Amino acid sequence: MSTNTESWGSRVGLVLAMAGNAVGFGNFLRFPVQAVQNGGGAFIIPYLVSFLILGIPLLMIEWATGRFGGQLGHHSTPFIMDSMDKRRIWKYVGVFGIFANIAIAAYYCYIESWTISYIFHSLFGTFSDMDQHGVAGFFSNYLDVSTSTTGIPYEALLFFIICLALNTYILSRGLSGGVEKVAKIGIPLLIVFGIFLAYRGITLKAGHEGAVYNGTEGLNFLWTPDYSSLANPKVWLAAAGQIFFTLSVGMGSIQCYASYLKKNDDIALNAMSAGWMNEFVEIVLGSAVIIPISIGYLGIDRVIELTNLGGLGLGFRTMPFLFSQWGSVLSAIAGVSFFGLLFFAGITSSLAMGTPGMGFMMDEFDWPRSRAALGFGIMVLIMGLPTVFFFSEGVFDEYDYWAGTVSLVVFALLETILFSWVFGLDKGWREITAGADMKIPLIYRFIIKYITPAVLLIVFLGALVRPADDDWLNFNLSEWEFHNESIIGQLQHKGIGPNKEWFANQFYSEVDGTVKEIFELREKHYIAIEHHNNNGTETGFDYRFIPEKHTLVVKPGDVVKRGEVLFTGKVVNKVFYVDMARTLLLLLFCFITSLVYIAWRKRKNMEREMR
Amino acid sequence: MNTSALILMLSVQLVVTAFTVYFFVRVLVAKPKPEPDSYSENDDMKR
Repeated sequence: MSTNTESWGSRVGLVLAMAGNAVGFGNFLRFPVQAVQNGGGAFIIPYLVSFLILGIPLLMIEWATGRFGGQLGHHSTPFIMDSMDKRRIWKYVGVFGIFANIAIAAYYCYIESWTISYIFHSLFGTFSDMDQHGVAGFFSNYLDVSTSTTGIPYEALLFFIICLALNTYILSRGLSGGVEKVAKIGIPLLIVFGIFLAYRGITLKAGHEGAVYNGTEGLNFLWTPDYSSLANPKVWLAAAGQIFFTLSVGMGSIQCYASYLKKNDDIALNAMSAGWMNEFVEIVLGSAVIIPISIGYLGIDRVIELTNLGGLGLGFRTMPFLFSQWGSVLSAIAGVSFFGLLFFAGITSSLAMGTPGMGFMMDEFDWPRSRAALGFGIMVLIMGLPTVFFFSEGVFDEYDYWAGTVSLVVFALLETILFSWVFGLDKGWREITAGADMKIPLIYRFIIKYITPAVLLIVFLGALVRPADDDWLNFNLSEWEFHNESIIGQLQHKGIGPNKEWFANQFYSEVDGTVKEIFELREKHYIAIEHHNNNGTETGFDYRFIPEKHTLVVKPGDVVKRGEVLFTGKVVNKVFYVDMARTLLLLLFCFITSLVYIAWRKRKNMEREMR
Repeated sequence: MNTSALILMLSVQLVVTAFTVYFFVRVLVAKPKPEPDSYSENDDMKR
């Protein structure tokens, strides 16, 4: 008999918890960057189309699947999916719904811990005397675990452990006593913080508080539509991808939350409310914070350059400096608001990531809730430590790519096929509409059965064979070159460059350029190479070496080609850490699969004994 | 802001805000289902 007797306290609490699950860092850091890179205002068209044909159907499917499984006493995807068809394979497909949550939580909680640290530093005015390079350098220091920004040794690790402990404690309080309470406080606060920052961003005036441009310049830049971009498949794939990740579908956490609903309780209206709330936070608030403020101070060209580094760069390397222009009190308030907003966006999502694994252990192995929460915390700590210690070696990015991107698309595709074609849409539609407090347009029967699986298949194939330079229109199979970030490109280590060996006796330059200088920073030594771009700009690349172990073969002023030796001596290349991260993820997947197998055998034995 | 950006931004933001408010208000005013429902809050009220 399962020890799992969880329930939701209230309907509003459930909707806010579901919205909190969906609202995450991506709403504020990923969406505006994607919009800037994909046609500005015109991006919203494929984005909203994707919401209607991909987002809403997947929400319906996951809510319905979860509630269906919950009636049979299952609260995680392996046995929820197992109960939908007699083939044994589905419970192993359901492993994705636990795996993705633990693996994503491993790096997500790390970002969450940055927000706690940055709230602390904003309150204590750490950034107030720093220039822009100082703030960017602070972030690099912070990520270098051995360097302390506060005097506390291993500070990044400490904040990560505090963050994990907080998540574990809240999860141990249960759904209504923990998760729901955080959502009820966190989501309204997040919206208040977001409105405050959006107001500040939009009303930013050139010449005041150090701003160079009006905040509305940023909105103008973000929303001016480039309709020609709509003809580019890359833009549509980016929009589908953004909708997919912003709604937290394909993870298994929605099914888990919905599995605690009773048969005749509404899911349709709840799903719509939570989904649209996420869209409000993303489109209305997410677009009005970092882009207007950063363009107000840095101008369009610099922000375009920064968006190429991703949203994390803008959020943590740039925003504290911009806030510091507003005076000591307002900059502290803005810093606490911005990083507080990110913290609540993060924690409401990371809590959702804890529940599927906990539900599984409580259902199948009769673990009490507190032990299940502790088990989740320990698993995330084990998986998360490599991201803390080897962040700059690419472990974080590997987790994000395989668990936070590929795994979600694969799982969503398979669960849609199961729901629409194996379980059957007639039964599925009855599940969606049972107890519904709103009428769902019948067109969604057609969309769920044909359009959503087709779009997911296109998104998956697009990720699998994405061409170099995203040149989808130059369709020539014989000359097809894979993008570094395509699944095939990643498997081939296409982006790794000339340092392809795990261990080597020479380190090669990864770019063409000139050795600008050889410098020391925080007791570490680097070779700085300046790469000359085709558009006349220059990009700097720093390669670390250890004087006691390595012998330099270049000096400042030397022109080096990609693949030329920079220094000799024993080297552990980045590709080693990349492959170790992949191995860890694979081991995690195998571990969960074996637990599912053991649970299945346990069930079979119990059934036999009862006969 | 140029006109096309302004029109696009305001229309999208108004539509999204309207849908968000509409669905959330419907959740707030929806009548509770007969017991046993999923929410423990109602159980406490009955006791």
